[in-house]
This record gives sequence, structure tokens and C-alpha cells, in this order.
Amino acid sequence: MAIRTKSDPQSYTFEGFGSEKYPNLMLRGAGQLDNWQLRIYEQQHEGYVALRKALKMEPSAVTAEVKASGIRGRGGAGFPTGLKWTFMPKDTEEKKLTRYVVCNADEGEPGTFKDRAIMEYNPHQLIEGLVIAGWAMGCKLGFIYVRGEFKWLVDKLDAAIQQARDAGYLGKDILGSGLDFDILTYRGAGAYICGEETALLNSLEGRRGEPRVKPPFPATKGAFGQPTTVNNVETLAAVPPILRMGGGEYAKLGTPNNTGTRIFGLSGHVKRPGLYELPLGLPLDFILNDLGGGSSTGRKIKAIIPGGASAPMWDASALDCPMDFDTVKARGSMAGSGGIIAMDESTCMVQATLRLLRFYAHESCGQCTPCREGCNWVVKILTRIEAGQGREEDLPLLESLVPRINMRTLCPLGDAACGPLESALRLFRPEFEHHIQHKACLATGVPLLASLGAH
Amino acid sequence: MSLPEPETSGRPLAPGERLPLGERSTLSPGAEEAIGALAAKYPEPLAATLPALYLAQEDMGFTSLAAMKEVARVLRIPEGHVYGVATFYTMYQKKPVGCFHLQVCTNLCCALRGGAQLFQRLCERLAVHPGEVSPDGLWSVEEVECLGSCGSGPCLQVNQETYDEFVDEARLDRIIEACRRGDVAEWGK
Repeated sequence: MAIRTKSDPQSYTFEGFGSEKYPNLMLRGAGQLDNWQLRIYEQQHEGYVALRKALKMEPSAVTAEVKASGIRGRGGAGFPTGLKWTFMPKDTEEKKLTRYVVCNADEGEPGTFKDRAIMEYNPHQLIEGLVIAGWAMGCKLGFIYVRGEFKWLVDKLDAAIQQARDAGYLGKDILGSGLDFDILTYRGAGAYICGEETALLNSLEGRRGEPRVKPPFPATKGAFGQPTTVNNVETLAAVPPILRMGGGEYAKLGTPNNTGTRIFGLSGHVKRPGLYELPLGLPLDFILNDLGGGSSTGRKIKAIIPGGASAPMWDASALDCPMDFDTVKARGSMAGSGGIIAMDESTCMVQATLRLLRFYAHESCGQCTPCREGCNWVVKILTRIEAGQGREEDLPLLESLVPRINMRTLCPLGDAACGPLESALRLFRPEFEHHIQHKACLATGVPLLASLGAH
Repeated sequence: MSLPEPETSGRPLAPGERLPLGERSTLSPGAEEAIGALAAKYPEPLAATLPALYLAQEDMGFTSLAAMKEVARVLRIPEGHVYGVATFYTMYQKKPVGCFHLQVCTNLCCALRGGAQLFQRLCERLAVHPGEVSPDGLWSVEEVECLGSCGSGPCLQVNQETYDEFVDEARLDRIIEACRRGDVAEWGK
């Protein structure tokens, strides 16, 4: 069993972390190698206390508690989790249903690396959350779909699941409550699109990870044709603290309608990149400059992606924005997965945009023409602009492609590609124009593309 | 040294191009048994396709056409289905790779911290082009999308196990040395 024996070099803590102001609900013990063990979870982190509490409650009361917490999905869309749980159909007199709960651990969004830390250091908290979700929704089997690259995490999860089974937290008649529940891990194979819930379900069934037509929604017809709820790792890991403190108490964290804590990931040109668990609604300036230490290069930060690569970019004027779902959306971007990418003023935005769009062109599943062809066209046009062969009409052409891809596909991958493209063209247009007119770059930073050679 | 456009493993086949059949045509008895056992693990046998392909790849060196046929035979599912799945996902290597398959993330977060230069340096150091295996069969390199280490990039992955973060030139040299010494498990072992 390959349990990682070296800690990962991320920073997790900061001054005041773990206090009432910045409570530590999900990253407890992060950074300590044996923190994943069941005994440490039980002894130090109130492990499985929430499960005992939940099993004494009616399933509907558990859902009500999650609803009262106001928690919104941490995977990207920010849909209220409690509400999602109520979509699961109930058993009727004549029909007993098989229901599944699936944990989406296909973390692949560039800029996002939070789920990985939870699985690395607190796998039992995720398992506990999954069992509670199973109890609340009447499921007997849960899946954790982990991205293929995280093989060591699948091994670790399997080991943690076995510990939980041995301790009676999984299996038949859990803690004498009559609940039978087990968890299977499933390893993806390197497709970003499988983070989309219906693509994930297809992949879980052993098929190509192509998103499905909705409706039917997963709550009606999900994994193996049965009612299914898909939740992100961070969402499920937040369930035990919610049950322990009570939904009402959890809802006091953050701001109204954007409750609780979430894990922000800082990457790019930041002095202290890493994961920071914070209540929602703190200003970006505080996260980026006070906690992250500001720019790592000494140059000013020029562009910020606030919620993973799919979120539209911001320029430095957005630093005062409180980081919660609603305000970030109102300011023209999305809180997404909480991955904050900072780029300093030496960064070439043409290259940055091209690099992101290459990713979407590569990861498009190929089902919908606007996304499959559109992303490739954008890459071609941006490549020629970057290579000094741009044409005057290229920028209007790129702009015209945005509404032809955006909202015209089965899943949000096409929209995700449009976010960075549209915002970069709007905010950093002079850089694109300079590239076309002077066949040269305004920026002086390190080239972002390996294969294009000299910048 | 100038490099050609990287060959992404998700690239569609050129007209007339066929995937290699592979030297071996059958699974080892151990792998066949392990794949057969997978079918009962999930609610439907089809769900065993992805894990079965991993086992077949490990056993037969890469996901050759023969490996796909074997998976279909053992799981009693259509060959076309297995082919469709194997060609959809990038972690099934449809062509042979070296004993050490080095993958560098060059997505935006890693690129901002020198991922692209690291990849170029790696190709130069091993004198191998993306999509090729070095003549001694030891090395192959690939530029990959996000490996989930955005806060600690650039990130380099060797085969499907070992992960290294904050990789600079000195660290790269140490990783290559470790592979040469045999401190890193070879592909499929």
C-alpha cells in the first residue's frame, strides 16, 4: 500500500488560524503525515462524533440541519447542498429505490488543489460526511470518484475506508443504527470533463466521460440509472462540522447566503502559495496580500483569476471584492472552486489566455460542435497572434466566437473556456493589439509556452 | 534546440494511422484473474472497464489494441466499447512509453512558475522528443495538463506514482539520477 511518506510542501496555516475568527473545520492537522489515521481523527479531531449524532436523528432532520447551515456546493456552481439533498426521491409503498451518493474528487480545475489536501490529511472526515449523506438520503452505497493522477490518494482512501470498516463506521448496521452503508473508490483516467457531474457518472459506469443531456437530472436518473446525488469533497467534508456545531451555528460563519468556511488555494505569482481555510466574504486583498504575502516577484499583480481557471479574469481593481459566491458573480466573475491565480505585470496575457484555451481545447470531450471546434479555432487564432502573424480582424473574430460557444453546449466546459477569453480580451486588449500591430510582446516575463520557443 | 508541437495523448489519429497492436497478445494469468474479479465489485460489470484497463496496461506494458481486446474478452463486453473508453482517457498510454515516463504540468499555474522551461530542459537533458521513447528505452516525456499541484508548481510526475513539486533544475537532476539508480519504480512495476 503506497501511503505517502513525505508531506506535501504546501502552506496551510497562518496567524490566527484555528481561532474563532478563522475556524479550522476542514484542514485540521493538515501538514502532519499521520493525521489521516483513524485514531488521530477520533482522539484529536472529534472524529465520528457527528455520525453518532446524525444516526440518532431522523434522516430528514439531518437534511434540515444541512439546509439550515446554508452551505453551498464547493465544487464550483455554489448550489445549496441541503436543497440538492431534498431532490432525492423517497421510497414508496410499492417501490423501494436503490440510491447512490457520489463524492466528486475529480479535482482538475487549474488553480484548485483543495480536495487533495482533505483526502491526504482528513480522509476520515470525508468518509464521515459521506456516511451522514448516505443516512440522510437513504443510500446504501457511496462512491468516491478520484482523478487518475491521484493514485496514492486512492490507496490512502482505501486504507482509511478499511479502518472505518474495522471500527464499525462502515458496513452492516453501523453503530447499531440499522444503517448499512459502504464506500467504493473509483479512479478516473485523466479527463478534466469528468468533473462535470453527469460526465463523472458516465465514467463511473465505465463509459466515456461525456456529459449527459439534462433532464433527467442525477437525482432522478444518475449512476447506473438510479437516483444519485453528486457532492464535492469539500462539501461533504463540511458536513461533520455542520452536524457537530448545528446548522444555525455554522450559518453564523461567513456572510448571509454565503455561509461557512471554504478553502482558498493561492497559486501563481504569490509569495506564500498554499491553502487557506477562511470564512466566506473576506476581501481578496486580505487573502492575496495579507495571507499570501503579495507578489512573489516584486512586480505588481496585474491579473487575478478568482475561482479556478474557468472563472473570468479580473484586473487589480477588483482587489477590494469580498470573496463570496454572490459578490464575485456580481463583479463579473465566479467564485468557482476557490482557486485564486495571481499574475504579475510581466506576464504576457496573450500567452496566458492561449495556455488556458489550449487546456479547454484539449479537454473538450468532443460531443458538442461549438466547444469542440470553437475552442480549437480560438487556439489557432491565438497561436498565430502569439507567433506574430496576427491579423487586424482577429480580435473581432475572437469576440464573435464567444457568444457562439457560450451557453450553446451540453455542459459548462464551453462556457468555462469563454470566461478567460472574453475577460482577457476586454481587460487586456492593448496587449493583444500590440501583438498584432508590432508582432512583439509588451510583457517581459518568463514564456508560458514550451513549444513555441523563444518569446 | 527547438521542439516540435507537443504530441498530446488525446490527439485524434491521423488518416490511415492505426494504434499499435503490441508485442504481447494475451494477459498473464494473474492479471486475467484480477480483471475477472473486478466485474463483481461494481453494481454493473461494465463499470469495471476503467480499472480493468489500468490492470491490463500494467500487465502488458501499455494499452495496446491487444490489451483492449483482452479486457473485452475477460469482462465479456464489446471490444468497441473498450476501444472507445481507452481512447477517450489520456492516462491509458496507447503507444509504448519508456521505463520512466516523465510528465510535466505546463498549465497556467505551473507555467507561471517555470513549468514550460522545466519541460524544455527535461527534453534537452534526456535528448528525447515528446511522444518518443529514447533509444535505450528508458525515457519518455509528456507535457500534461493540471496535475493538481497548483500551489507548489512546477510539478513533475514519474509514471503513475511519484510526484514531485517545486521542481527546479537541481531537483530535476536529482529525480533523473534517482530513476537511473533504480530508486523509482519502473513503469508498470
